[in-house]
Amino acid sequence: MPKLSRRYVHMAFFNLIWGLTFGGLLLFHKGVPLTPLMWRLLPLHIELMLVGWTVQFVLGIGFWIFPRFWRSRGNETPARRAFWLLNIGVWTAGLAGTLNAPAEILLIGRISELGAGLLFVLYVWQRIKPPGTGAWGKKRV
Amino acid sequence: MPILTRLFIKTSFLYLIAALFIGVALVGRSVWQLPAWLAGLSPVYFHLLMVGWVTQLIFGVAYWMLPKYTQKQPHGFDGVWWATFWLLNLGVLMRVVAEPFRIASPAPLWGWLLAASAVMQWLAGIGFVFNAWLRVKER
Ligand code: HEM
Repeated sequence: MPKLSRRYVHMAFFNLIWGLTFGGLLLFHKGVPLTPLMWRLLPLHIELMLVGWTVQFVLGIGFWIFPRFWRSRGNETPARRAFWLLNIGVWTAGLAGTLNAPAEILLIGRISELGAGLLFVLYVWQRIKPPGTGAWGKKRV
Repeated sequence: MPILTRLFIKTSFLYLIAALFIGVALVGRSVWQLPAWLAGLSPVYFHLLMVGWVTQLIFGVAYWMLPKYTQKQPHGFDGVWWATFWLLNLGVLMRVVAEPFRIASPAPLWGWLLAASAVMQWLAGIGFVFNAWLRVKER
């Protein structure tokens, strides 16, 4: 498994643990009330589980298993930048919702997630290809 | 495909079907005369899709496809994997039962069932990450 996939997948696990902890606290509180403040965790729970865990895990595994160009995965820079944008976005948007920060902060988080999505898709597009072809369908690389 | 992978994946598809039935019931409330407690299934619908189906499918495929932990223990710690399977599924099923019953009846039992479901799903997640983290490596 390449280094960047390991980074994505480990970070997905990290977010799963936190998202699950916040979701678990919420569910516990729904059954056996602890403090009404608990509901503040909902935006962070949603952001971490939906994007930080599920989306990030799929991207990390995709980077690993999609067809390669002979031995190379091409120019990995966009996928590397997407990793940072995704995680900065998830935590910014999640914390903004939970801490009741101004809407602009939440927006920055979501735009960062969008940037990550665009960069990753732009990168991975050329790897969804028939065997034996190079980037953008060119024969043999 | 190892047996635990088949169990994870087949169970996940049962949840997918269950979720789609609940999706019908939730919307059906506005067309047919259905009991009011069905409204309590709204978070259940969403979480059956995302936890029961997607997350469980990922667990099953991860058990199968991630790099081997060691030659002797290719999947990592199998006891922990089995605990993950049972904790996740008992946890999810307890939520499916407790969410609507909590609305239908004031008995504290349902609240405690929900709290126990939370603890079980949390433990399942920790067990999964423990095993899978060790297997996310170069080869
Ligand atoms: C991939 C997994 C998960 C995703 C994507 C996810 C996402 C969400 C979303 C979008 C909501 C808001 C929608 C709603 O209220 O129904 C929500 C609510 C909630 N989630 Fe999750 N979740 C996940 C797993 C979990 C787990 C494992 C637990 C508990 C152990 C949990 C506990 C809760 C609770 C208690 C709520 C509040 C439900 C309510 O409004 O009464 N979630 N989650």
